[in-house]
Amino acid sequence: MHIVVCIKQVPDPSQARIDRETGMVIREGVDKITNPFDLYALEEALRLKEAQGGKVTALSMGPPAAAEVLRDAIAMGVDHGVLLSARGFAGADTLATSYTLAQAIRRLADVHLIICGKQAADGDTAQVGPGLAANLDIPHITQVRKIAQITKESLQVERLTDTGYEAIEVNLPAVITVVKEINEPRLPGLRGMMRAKKAEIQVWGPEEIDADETRIGLKGSPTQVWRTFEPEIHRKGEMLTGTPSEQAAALWERLRAL
Amino acid sequence: MEIRVRTDDCTICGVCAQECPFGSISMGEVGPEFDESCTLCGVCVESCPAEAIYMVGEAEKILEERDSSKSRGVWVFAEQRAGHLQGVVLELLNEGKNIATQLGEPLACVLLGDEIEHLSQELIEYGVDQVYLAEAPELKDYRDDLYAQVLEHLVGKYQPTIFLIGGTTNGRSLAPRVATGLRTGLTADCTGFALDEAGNLLQTRPAFGGNLMATIRCPHHRPQMATVRPKVFEAPTRQPGRSGEEIRVELPPLKPWAHILEIVDEESLGPNLGEANVVVAGGRGLGSAEKFRLVEDLARAVGGAVGASRAVVDAGWVSYPHQVGQTGRTVAPKLYIACGISGAIQHLVGMQSAETIVAINRDPDAPIFSVATYGIVGEVEEIIPALIREIKSR
Ligand SMILES: Cc1cc2nc3c(=O)[nH]c(=O)nc-3n(C[C@H](O)[C@H](O)[C@H](O)COP(=O)(O)OP(=O)(O)OC[C@H]3O[C@@H](n4cnc5c(N)ncnc54)[C@H](O)[C@@H]3O)c2cc1C
Ligand SMILES: Nc1ncnc2c1ncn2[C@@H]1O[C@H](COP(=O)(O)O)[C@@H](O)[C@H]1O
Repeated sequence: MHIVVCIKQVPDPSQARIDRETGMVIREGVDKITNPFDLYALEEALRLKEAQGGKVTALSMGPPAAAEVLRDAIAMGVDHGVLLSARGFAGADTLATSYTLAQAIRRLADVHLIICGKQAADGDTAQVGPGLAANLDIPHITQVRKIAQITKESLQVERLTDTGYEAIEVNLPAVITVVKEINEPRLPGLRGMMRAKKAEIQVWGPEEIDADETRIGLKGSPTQVWRTFEPEIHRKGEMLTGTPSEQAAALWERLRAL
Repeated sequence: MEIRVRTDDCTICGVCAQECPFGSISMGEVGPEFDESCTLCGVCVESCPAEAIYMVGEAEKILEERDSSKSRGVWVFAEQRAGHLQGVVLELLNEGKNIATQLGEPLACVLLGDEIEHLSQELIEYGVDQVYLAEAPELKDYRDDLYAQVLEHLVGKYQPTIFLIGGTTNGRSLAPRVATGLRTGLTADCTGFALDEAGNLLQTRPAFGGNLMATIRCPHHRPQMATVRPKVFEAPTRQPGRSGEEIRVELPPLKPWAHILEIVDEESLGPNLGEANVVVAGGRGLGSAEKFRLVEDLARAVGGAVGASRAVVDAGWVSYPHQVGQTGRTVAPKLYIACGISGAIQHLVGMQSAETIVAINRDPDAPIFSVATYGIVGEVEEIIPALIREIKSR
């Protein structure tokens, strides 16, 4: 079984800061990490490989520095890393990103399952997984919390819904996006880290994946960021003081009046 | 391929003329002008600080021409479950109506399901002008495969200018599939809309876990698609007897690719978080899974649902469906009581539109107090039991 995991490098969300003057995200001095949600995707692929054999390829589109997250994936146990990196890919929205990833998966060939994170922590769109499947014209299932059964031909999963879950079966190949309930991601071991250091990361540009130039990067992106700004949060509140019982009494008096 | 300039974005700064490797650009009155020597290399596109220069391909040009002449209507996906419209659908109708009125276009809904015709009239009474109704036994419950195929077909046929979809779990799975099939733009999880002078939809959404707001446009593709965060907009009032048009649509040949084996609704603690009028939420300040029960006790006393910060969900004190915030639920109850929650921005974006917010926290500088209507600086172990006693004594 050949599983591809799509992983994205993102600025560490716990260090996110905004420049108040420009309303832009400050990228300098912020660590770059693997999108936290993608670690669950990696872990699930590794567990499937351990149970069933096969190989796992990690795929990422991003600047040359994104090779780092592919090395981290190899340290966890992934077999290969492929980086899609070229000037032409820059500025991609989710439509262009999912097209580009789809082209790379076509080139990888013989892929049975593609696993994405639930969403990327920088954009939070959760659009790339379904978009990727649409580009490849294969099924997708979002919010997978459990893989119940898998063969080379078909897959049964539980998908989290707003009110519970549903059990779904699809034929493979398919794309799934996974939520964090699905597993507990492992930490890289020493051997993995040694292997990652020496591993060769393949870098592909538009030619290698036979991309239509009008569908990648900025040119292939129908959406444009028009402006960014800091959210406003303000509410003039009343502080209730006194002993705990006085505070509780004062609060309940006000709430009862609502 | 062709180079184009959005002259209303262009600041005539001249950077493109400087950067052009072939000296093909001179600055005109409203923007750059290109001479014969232009090779369409795209350097100007990337250099433009205002992102006013862009390239279009042949396929796009054809789509643009087709779209601008024909596309009409603001559409809302009328997601129903078991014959009931989802709350977010009604919320979208208000916002959709505003946009449609400004554009001078009709507001329409697409309604998919089985034996759901009664919902058509309900939608019309909430302000919808046209309902595109597709009924079939296989459309009874939501499923990605068939719903996406039907929507792609209908959008292709009727060509709305705007298509809004509620940001439910299903909506956020369906919308990107459809947008990709139609090769148009999609903005996720919007919290605000406006129109620019050209009538393009300005779509505002939180990014970076709510630390930043971004306004997105999709000027050259139709429909302009967006998913919309539930509980952000208010539902319109119903006008009984209002009339509108119901259009029964013929289904295209459908190609199922999924087999739904089972649909399970899981019991949660008390009333459903998304729908509750009162939410009592607890954070790490509760200290332990045992003490988190205080929050459940208070919720029971006030008849509310239990919410939680991500920190306590991660710690396993309560299950994920209770998480409020950027990566959990968005709630907008009448009353939100935050106990031992610091008020990180990722939590605030999920609850700040609550009508009344109470914050109980030992740290007077906790950011949660900045959104609180009533604040209590104190220990949760003391305040919550005192409050429960107070409620029970009256
Ligand atoms: C990408 C991303 C997405 C996220 N999504 C979400 C999300 O959806 N929802 C969410 O909630 N968070 C989310 N977070 C996490 C968020 O940043 C915070 O870490 C989290 O909300 C903190 O939870 P907390 O307030 O319970 O804990 P803490 O920040 O640890 O706050 C505990 C508070 O309790 C107070 N306290 C302690 N003891 C007591 C006591 N005895 N009595 C009274 N008060 C006491 C403390 O003063 C403190 O203010 C996200 C983070 C990231 C990076
Ligand atoms: N540039 C990228 N490279 C590889 N995978 C990506 C990229 N962007 C998004 N993904 C995948 O798509 C998922 C959803 O991302 P998003 O739609 O951006 O929220 C992520 O968790 C990744 O698995």
